[in-house]
Amino acid sequence: MNPRYIGRRLATFLLTIFVASTLNFAITRLTPQDPIAALLGRMASRGRTVEDGGEIVARYRERLGLDAPLAQQYVSYLRDLLQGDLGYSLAFFPIKAEAVILRALPWTLGLLSLATLLAFAIGNLLGALAVWPRVPAGFRWLVYLSMPFSAIPYYLLALILVYVFALNWSLFPLGGSFTVGSDRGLNLETLADLLHHAALPVLSVVLAVVGFWALSMRGIMATVLGDDYLIYARARGLRSRRIFSHYAMRNAMLPQVTALAIDFGRLISGQVLVEIIFNYPGVGWVLYNALRAADFFVIQGVTLFMVFTVAVATLLLDLVYPLLDPRIRYQS
Amino acid sequence: MISRLRARLSPTMWLGFVLLALVLVPGLFGQFFADPDQLRLMAGGISAPPNADHPLGTQNEGRDLLTYILKGMPNTLLIGLVGGGSAVLLGTVLGMLAGYVGGPLDALVRNTVDIGLTIPPLAILIMIAASFPVVTPLIMGLVIALTSWMHPTRVIRSQVLSLREREFVLLLRLSGASPQHIVFRELLPNLIPFLAATFVNAVATALLASIGLEVLGLGSFQTPTLGNLIYFAIIGNAMWLGLWWWWLPPIVVFIVLFMGLFFVSTALDTLANPRLEQG
Repeated sequence: MNPRYIGRRLATFLLTIFVASTLNFAITRLTPQDPIAALLGRMASRGRTVEDGGEIVARYRERLGLDAPLAQQYVSYLRDLLQGDLGYSLAFFPIKAEAVILRALPWTLGLLSLATLLAFAIGNLLGALAVWPRVPAGFRWLVYLSMPFSAIPYYLLALILVYVFALNWSLFPLGGSFTVGSDRGLNLETLADLLHHAALPVLSVVLAVVGFWALSMRGIMATVLGDDYLIYARARGLRSRRIFSHYAMRNAMLPQVTALAIDFGRLISGQVLVEIIFNYPGVGWVLYNALRAADFFVIQGVTLFMVFTVAVATLLLDLVYPLLDPRIRYQS
Repeated sequence: MISRLRARLSPTMWLGFVLLALVLVPGLFGQFFADPDQLRLMAGGISAPPNADHPLGTQNEGRDLLTYILKGMPNTLLIGLVGGGSAVLLGTVLGMLAGYVGGPLDALVRNTVDIGLTIPPLAILIMIAASFPVVTPLIMGLVIALTSWMHPTRVIRSQVLSLREREFVLLLRLSGASPQHIVFRELLPNLIPFLAATFVNAVATALLASIGLEVLGLGSFQTPTLGNLIYFAIIGNAMWLGLWWWWLPPIVVFIVLFMGLFFVSTALDTLANPRLEQG
């Protein structure tokens, strides 16, 4: 991999972060009123009374430096960002916004990684089997059945799942991430409890994403099927199952793994809304509550965090991919 | 080959159209039969289940839910159309210019698109919706278009790049046709099935974004929309109180709408790009 390629990827990465942070700054300053008054106004319009409104506004103004010239505000905003300082959470004062987000992060990562990996495994298997010779036609139909689900927003599916499986049949808890009052030691019981709570949110994300994987795998597998090495493997008399797993799947997986990496980068920005439906204490839940409480720095922090994770994942992928697939040559 | 494909695919298109009609007809005309008085506080009993006076029941302030849905659907559809339409319009202009003209303009558009695609739209939308005090459906549609024009631009640019090298374009150029003539009279008609598929996808994207924002509580609460209805149902604990007539109908409308868009876009994709089905 040549240094110019790495340099260009790094430059794009930094530029992306810079553009997004600048947009973030500009949007809040372009409004006719200051961002705080706007937020408090929105809350008031919804009949939510704000206690100590005056004091909150004063603290925000001081922190944002709203009385200083715009250029100076911008410089100090960027300086704070570089130091990882996102400002104070007003709802959890004096805890910092970054601490509020980091505290919620493990929940989101755990929940959504599990969902993403499950959807990836099931979807690819379904898609591959759908075009593999002499596989029951049922698999073909499963792929078609899974596709419309990907057209429906997952948080709407989530509401229906809650109604059916949690409220009507009481098979799963209504929300939360663990049973309140359980000891939460490092044992199987805790793990089972966590999985029990994660089941429905995971299911709603899996249902929504599985069709994408199945569809793209079906296309890739269809082209792999005609390749010479498969004909050779068959001619050598290898068993169909071995050809499937060792020859066809291995080659078809590479583009899918790339897509998986991109999906992981979008974890925080893509599927966090599911947490609202299930009161799951992750980043999405933090965002939702921050929006309801006009917790400006937490809102800003979460959005910047979303940008950051996607940019990092894209950069890593760009740097690692040429190592994985030697066929790829980037000209400088 | 083509005729066989069409014969096999048109059911998908029809299914899509029927599903869309199920939403669009009441969505566009239902508002004229709805009585605005039914949206007042205590127009009916509190949280009344469906009955003769209120076919879909009422919510926790006694507002009639069928009226709310009929009044809300045009706004929701407006956000989708404005958002998807402006994104595709912007994408078509930029994509065609960049693809056909090339040079520094192309480099600028391409790099802007690359960076724009890496920034999650939700992050920008949340900041905009949280900062601006009034978000009407029209403004929300335009704002969503601002964060979603990159994908159409990239797709249309690559189509123009491949069209540009075809022989008929070369022939036109050699025979002295002006660039405007080539782009608008010759390239554009060739792109129409493609633009249609892109438009349907963009409308779905815009709707998804708007519902996401509204479920987060960032919609405009003065205007009834289906997303706001879901937000209020969540806030009002409709689910836990067993008021299914409050939260379920808007979700059903969305499911039918998204399925319709999905089937139409799948059918259009195959029409615009027949090689897709060969696999």
